[in-house]
Amino acid sequence: MLDPHKIREDFPILKRTVNSNPLIYFDNAATSQKPRQVIDAVKSFYENCNANVHRAVHTLSQEASELYEKAHEEVTEFISADGMEEIVFVRGTTEAINLVAYSWGLQNLRKGDEVLVSMMEHHSNIVPWEMLSKFKQFTVKYAELNGDGSLNYESLGKSLSKNTKIVCLAHVSNVTGAINDIKKIAQMAHDNGALILVDGAQSVPHLPVNVKDLDIDFLAFSGHKMLAPTGIGVLYGKRALLESMEPFHGGGEMIREVIFDQKTKRCKITWNTLPWKFEAGTPHISGGIGLMEAVRYLRHVGMESVKKHEEMLTKYAMSCMQECCKKIRIYGPDASSAKCGIIPFGIEGASSHDVALFLDNYGIMVRSGFHCAQPLHASMKLSSSARASFYIYNTREEVDRFTEVLREIEQF
Amino acid sequence: MPETEEYVARIDGTCGKEEDVIVTFKYDKKDEATRKILSKAKTEKSIARIVFELTFKNVSFRLYGSGKAIFRGLRNKEELNTILAELLS
Repeated sequence: MLDPHKIREDFPILKRTVNSNPLIYFDNAATSQKPRQVIDAVKSFYENCNANVHRAVHTLSQEASELYEKAHEEVTEFISADGMEEIVFVRGTTEAINLVAYSWGLQNLRKGDEVLVSMMEHHSNIVPWEMLSKFKQFTVKYAELNGDGSLNYESLGKSLSKNTKIVCLAHVSNVTGAINDIKKIAQMAHDNGALILVDGAQSVPHLPVNVKDLDIDFLAFSGHKMLAPTGIGVLYGKRALLESMEPFHGGGEMIREVIFDQKTKRCKITWNTLPWKFEAGTPHISGGIGLMEAVRYLRHVGMESVKKHEEMLTKYAMSCMQECCKKIRIYGPDASSAKCGIIPFGIEGASSHDVALFLDNYGIMVRSGFHCAQPLHASMKLSSSARASFYIYNTREEVDRFTEVLREIEQF
Repeated sequence: MPETEEYVARIDGTCGKEEDVIVTFKYDKKDEATRKILSKAKTEKSIARIVFELTFKNVSFRLYGSGKAIFRGLRNKEELNTILAELLS
């Protein structure tokens, strides 16, 4: 079991106060805090070897390139991919999904085809497909949810058809924390001749994820939710798929050659090798290096320990919350083992924003609103929700303080 | 409106069906803003003097000790601006 008190020593921000109270950060599903090791790695890059990558023969550029490539290798090992060719650095989960939609989708989807998503998706796994469908005339289908917000596998199975070309699902819901059985869903998709894209924004930072074992075709996730800086994320894709796809963005870095043909008066372009074919322009080098350090940190802690810690904290918090306040309603699956460190809740007589503002007075940060998942809220008949979400540095003592403050909100 | 500009740092619409509006007062002016508002609006309820449930000209809102207020059921932005100007004058 990990020791959150020891881990907290690595996170400078956790020493600050908010409204004269010690900071309790329970908004980890939105973004995580950053350990000293990540901050130092980014600082060290700018202080010691800042240069553009893959562009020059000089020492600094070579050192920067080496670090940036090493970052791809570290992520490769973290999710058990076959090689760094399968790891494309992007801005985050949203860009990774857009990359698949506008590269693979533009090439492969046409009228009559279906893209299967679910009602629990974050808007970033709905909007790109709806946008593209306007141009390509395919249909976006939505698998339904059970009353507790978990995925209805029967509805998913019924929604799959011979026309389904890709199934795009969250591994973990960013609202309810419900964990989807991706191995089973990948099998269902593949048996039906469809690909599977997994939104791993809420799973990769919190659970061991092995892309080979789960047989995932595409996996999208963000660095900033797993201790790394903002603006860096990852698209994993099976090598054969990435090789068959056209680039998403065009520019420098992603080409091998741009030859001006005197006869046609046009340029003939050939693409760079993977993963650079999908990383046009100067990449977020310091972000990649920060992500490498974040991955090293998480591997040192151990992803099984991360999972166990959050499961323990979720179970403890759910039980404390239910005991502390009669007006409280916890949404999502009842069993903490079916959830991943996220507890959505509401308090009778108070809007989710009232709850969040009240907690903020005591230095406790939680999210309120739709959490970019409006269809899920509609499906669960919720006008909005407050959400507490945990990570490796959160403690039982923080949960005690949180529930103590919740008890006061009952007076609303 | 000068009163609003002097005291208000941000006005944000909330995400959710409720469509509430959150007003954040400038950090160094929040205590002064709170005093002015409490002197003009009617206090319906207060919890530990951290949250005040208030009404002013048939508009209900909650004022927090951290220097934030949440307004509900406003017709439009002009109505909020008018109310804030009166409360903070």
